[in-house]
Amino acid sequence: MTRLGQIFLGMILIFLYTPILVLMAMGFNESELYELPFRFSTRWYSALASNTELLTSGFNSIVLAVTTAVVATTIGTLAALALSRRSFRGRSLLQLLLLPPIAIPWLITGTAMLIFFFWTGIGRGMHALIIGHVALAVPYVVLVVGTGMKSVRADLEEAAMSLGSTPIHAFFAITLPLLFPSILGAALFAFAVSLDQFVISYFLSSPGYTTLPVQIYSAIRKGFTPEINAISTLLLLGSMTAILIFARFAKPGAPK
Amino acid sequence: MTTVSVQNVAKSFGTMPVLRDIDSVFPQGTFTSLLGPSGSGKTTLLRIIAGFVAPDQGEVTIGDKDVTGIPVWGRNIGMMFQSYALFPHMTVARNVAFGLERRGIKGAEAAKAVAEALDMVHLSDFGDRMPKNLSGGQQQRVALARAMVIKPSVLLLDEPLSALDRRLRQEMQVELLRIQRQTGLTTIFVTHDQEEALTLSDRIAILDKGRIVQSGAPEDIYENPQTRFAAEFLGDSNFLTGTVESGGVRLPDSTLIQTTAPLPANGQKATLAIRPEKISPTPLEGATNQIAAKILTVIYAGPALSYLLQTPDGTRLKLFQANRDGTLLREGDTITLHWSPAHSIPVQD
Repeated sequence: MTRLGQIFLGMILIFLYTPILVLMAMGFNESELYELPFRFSTRWYSALASNTELLTSGFNSIVLAVTTAVVATTIGTLAALALSRRSFRGRSLLQLLLLPPIAIPWLITGTAMLIFFFWTGIGRGMHALIIGHVALAVPYVVLVVGTGMKSVRADLEEAAMSLGSTPIHAFFAITLPLLFPSILGAALFAFAVSLDQFVISYFLSSPGYTTLPVQIYSAIRKGFTPEINAISTLLLLGSMTAILIFARFAKPGAPK
Repeated sequence: MTTVSVQNVAKSFGTMPVLRDIDSVFPQGTFTSLLGPSGSGKTTLLRIIAGFVAPDQGEVTIGDKDVTGIPVWGRNIGMMFQSYALFPHMTVARNVAFGLERRGIKGAEAAKAVAEALDMVHLSDFGDRMPKNLSGGQQQRVALARAMVIKPSVLLLDEPLSALDRRLRQEMQVELLRIQRQTGLTTIFVTHDQEEALTLSDRIAILDKGRIVQSGAPEDIYENPQTRFAAEFLGDSNFLTGTVESGGVRLPDSTLIQTTAPLPANGQKATLAIRPEKISPTPLEGATNQIAAKILTVIYAGPALSYLLQTPDGTRLKLFQANRDGTLLREGDTITLHWSPAHSIPVQD
């Protein structure tokens, strides 16, 4: 069994990481048509530096992902707190309604958003993308933070209050620090949901404002160069670093 | 040091009444147990005194101050929770210092108070540990130190020992009592464990269905329970029901049971409670209160022997005996029991 498990694990790693490694390597290959033999070159990185379309959309993607992470994490954390600590009318219904969006295909959500935004006059562009991405990311945040809340017992805040803390002080001194790893994890999740997002971004971006995945898609249709590999590599390294930092510093439950 | 009093308190959750007509005084320096089954309202009463729950009506005073409208953080209480509730992201010392910080006590003064509090619970060397590296008993001691260091006006304990195993629980009981006696702190202790209530308390208040059904010194309640519930919940009891007649209670099988306590009027129904250890398994020449019973089960528990008996009309009785000479009565034998009229206690159903 162990042997079989190792083989499976090996295969998973191979199928996940080989394409990515190939993509990264090809960014350093001199050939424009991805021809072998491999000849090391940084020409695509130099070319990327003057490719404003890719750079702008890459920059847009990151701004959008950070904005989504901040906004969705704030809203989602507050929602998770309310759902786990307060009792109010319609609580279980709200909790239930949070789950389906995760399972609805993005193509359907995207189409629905496009129609809805067109009707309501919200239209397309950066603001529409922010709204769309935040709406997509909030359920994930609520789930992650809500799970984290389960490990923060309500009587900890009560203990703090019995010692003289106001509810607000108890929240900042006790609950928030204990919840921090979950919140950070949720933010990362929201960031990834936004950065990854193609379908909804494709529908909601405007000619003047587009994200990297959308830009890459249209570039692929027009015929493309390994500059795409270069910018993908940069983006990948950026998000990998963020995740590794998170994994290193925010082991849930570990003492600080 | 402070007297705590609760006047005319009632509380409902939704349409469910949880507490009714609660009037109780917790005199300065006493150790009172709120004893009752789950759902009796004992925890809600404690939380009303603490300030976590606002009563629908009534008043709570701590010392001479009406605190009914004051939230928990303004009441200067010390509280221990069933789950210890230590802050997992802080060292033991910071846990203990938490309440001091809230009171603006910092630096050397705080460090000294923390050291004293940890010393009091014999954990002087544990200040730098994290709570998760302590045993359950040690965590409970830290929780006690944290509650005591702020010099609270009243110490409120919400079943703090129920998560500990038996040995540790007994140790902590001794510790708790020592510290309570040393500091003379008014203490209110919620428990469903009658043995714990008997061991620790100066006073016990028995709660049932949201009311205090009886309160007083443990020995008063034990010797003179007023209701069937109190007799059953604090200790074990046998019950005999019959009709009041010529100063005694006539059982259905026409035996007359005598009591020295006042009874209702002749012809009324009455229930007598008889503690199982107050019954002798022997006949006594000329004694009143003699009943024949068959031994159904013999339970040998080392220092104590207990017998399950059945009278001819089918009433089940329990009898406890100290194991003086190691001889046991035999199952299946029919014996004659007797007890003193002073030990038949009329109780309300």
